Amino acid sequence: MSSETQKILTTDGIPLEVSLKKAEKKNKIKAFLLVCPLLLFIIITYIFPIGEMFSRSIDDRMITNMLPKTFKAMETWDGKELPPEEVFASFLADFRVLAENKEHGKLGQRLNKEKNGFNTILKKLWRKMKKFEEGNAKEQIMEIHKRFRDVKYWQAIKRTAPPYTMAKYLKGMDMYYDEDGNVVQVEEDRRIHRILWLRTLEVAFFVTLFCFLMGYPIAHLLATLPMKYSNLLMICVLLPFWTSLLVRTASWMILLQQQGIVNDFFVFIGLVADDNRPEMMYNKTGTYVAMTQILLPFMVLPLYSVMKTISPSLMRAGKSLGGTPFVTFWKIYFPLTIPGIGAGCLLVFILAIGYYITPALVGGASGTLISNQIAYHMKATLDWSFASAMGLMLLTGVLVVYWIYNKLVGIDNIKLG
Amino acid sequence: MAKNNEFVKFDKVDKSYDGKVLVVKDLNLDIAEGEFITMLGPSGSGKTTCLMMLAGFETPTNGEIYLDGNPISNIPPHKRGIGMVFQNYALFPHMTVYENLAFPLKVRKFSKDETDKKVEKALSMVSLSDFGSRMPAQLSGGQQQRVAVARALVFDPAVVLMDEPLGALDKNLRESMQYEIKHIHESIGVTVVYVTHDQSEALTMSNRIAVFNDGKVQQLSSPDKLYEEPVNSFVAEFIGENNTFQGEVVDISQDKCKIKLDSGNEILANPIRVKSKGEKSIVSLRPERAIIDPDEKMDNKFKGKIEEVIYHGDHTRVRLDLLGNKEFILKVPNSSARMDIKLGNEIKIGWNSFDARALDPK
Repeated sequence: MSSETQKILTTDGIPLEVSLKKAEKKNKIKAFLLVCPLLLFIIITYIFPIGEMFSRSIDDRMITNMLPKTFKAMETWDGKELPPEEVFASFLADFRVLAENKEHGKLGQRLNKEKNGFNTILKKLWRKMKKFEEGNAKEQIMEIHKRFRDVKYWQAIKRTAPPYTMAKYLKGMDMYYDEDGNVVQVEEDRRIHRILWLRTLEVAFFVTLFCFLMGYPIAHLLATLPMKYSNLLMICVLLPFWTSLLVRTASWMILLQQQGIVNDFFVFIGLVADDNRPEMMYNKTGTYVAMTQILLPFMVLPLYSVMKTISPSLMRAGKSLGGTPFVTFWKIYFPLTIPGIGAGCLLVFILAIGYYITPALVGGASGTLISNQIAYHMKATLDWSFASAMGLMLLTGVLVVYWIYNKLVGIDNIKLG
Repeated sequence: MAKNNEFVKFDKVDKSYDGKVLVVKDLNLDIAEGEFITMLGPSGSGKTTCLMMLAGFETPTNGEIYLDGNPISNIPPHKRGIGMVFQNYALFPHMTVYENLAFPLKVRKFSKDETDKKVEKALSMVSLSDFGSRMPAQLSGGQQQRVAVARALVFDPAVVLMDEPLGALDKNLRESMQYEIKHIHESIGVTVVYVTHDQSEALTMSNRIAVFNDGKVQQLSSPDKLYEEPVNSFVAEFIGENNTFQGEVVDISQDKCKIKLDSGNEILANPIRVKSKGEKSIVSLRPERAIIDPDEKMDNKFKGKIEEVIYHGDHTRVRLDLLGNKEFILKVPNSSARMDIKLGNEIKIGWNSFDARALDPK
């Protein structure tokens, strides 16, 4: 059939397909030029930084550049017994260059992270190597310290040879390479990141749940009320959108603090004693309350736009056919809102999982999330590669959520309106 | 089974939405069991409100509705057992045709076998037996409409309400659906309350028609009576085509009255709503009841000038200037005998005074 269609000619004798392409070419170019600015913008502000982040998070080229000859010589070494003379000679040559540039200290620190004791023996090597004779590097180096005679130290150097490392990612999961190159977990009382990941997931999950439970009735009301009331209600829902995030978070601080309005009210109605006011801020409660309020519109709006499209006659039909109000809601209305629920939950969950400013302000020690840890490493410890690694892990997490959602509900089932 | 003539009974029902305007005023309507009754009227006349009150989606402001002798105002819609076909079909879009039909049976806890049997029967009734596994979106408008009808009937309701169910269909499909619904009604004998603003639909399908205007039933009668013998000028003008003359009664006897028109001429008419001399009246005459070249027995004979001729294939519509009415319409059957119908010609027109109904002046 396709061969037949190819034979169709226009009145001028040009094949139809060619003619069609020619006719549409201009439009295609025009369309491409129109999206071009946005495409460039996305590449520059999104794709490129993520790529940069990724390369930074695995970058381990510093040491690769410090010991070029050694790593070259080590390529043929099997790594089981002590390396041959060639490796020792290359290492000595590399080390001499570093010593001249006064960078040998950095090498010591870096290798010490890989295996304890490197710093000491390299300092010793630096002192002794001035008296070295030409040739026979292996023997002379091994003379200096017994650790140079230990194959494990040479294996540690070889491990640093690749220009990349997954160490930062392991650190993000409270794991590290031990001296033998095995992946092990840190001691239990130092597993801070894992707690933060779990807490982030927990907070995101519950904030999504609370938003859903509160947003669903509001959205339903919005979609069914007559226009003049629903507009007013819509403004109430959107008002938080138009208020600065900081102002909103600050107002929650005023409300929730121990001497705050909510606590005053609890004391006033006799719910709690004046000297035993509950802490509702600087912990997880504060994070839950503030984040739920801030993210609520992201749940309400997709739900509303989907509910708006559901004809009220469907509910009437359900009832006239004998369904009780609950059955009618559950079997007819609810299934039709699933695209909105999916969109709203996904939106809120993804926003919540990376939320930064609210937990930073009202979260306290037990309410901070992984994003606060990332910010801490960006600003305080300046360990950007670690921050990048955790950022990418967060991104991967979001993509996994997206993937699971796609498997369970189907992404084309999302509807924002 | 004795036929119950008051199967559905509206008893002095009023309905107001805002407490200021009555959309339904003092409605009294009895619907017999197995009857096909149509509520016909222009939009805003209160017919849909009546249907919604019967279905239970609106409550009467005053009065009571009885179903088979029981008051139903306080019964929620899902317990009334009334089937309903909606204007936009209201098929559940996330369910297959089978599931749509099974819904009323499932909520009534029918067994799987019974459900299958009833759904199959209902689908074959609307000749859609092979469509059970389709989704509503995969059906054409007419098929969706038939599914909606089948769904409203599948649980054997005592009454089925239809709210302009054919409004969204094109003309040909609408006509064939009219017959189909009529046949279904005849074969299963269910009571149908049908709402429409399309008079030809009402005339085709109904046993009786209730013409609504301004929240009131203007006339309740069979289609032929409604057309032939409208009781007031609203019904006369709403149903079918109509020629009217305005005037004043100058003489009246048992079955004839003399009306002096605004143009000064006098015509004889059948006094329906006029009782005494001096009353204002609108005289209504169906176009097909006036003929050209009347015979001697006719008691109304006048001359009119042809203003416009419109060719309609099987007949020709002629607009005349007659007795000061420039909108007088005449329907002339297509035959070779009448070749003198030309613009500007004068022709003789006549009708029997019995067919000219002197009605209220609006």
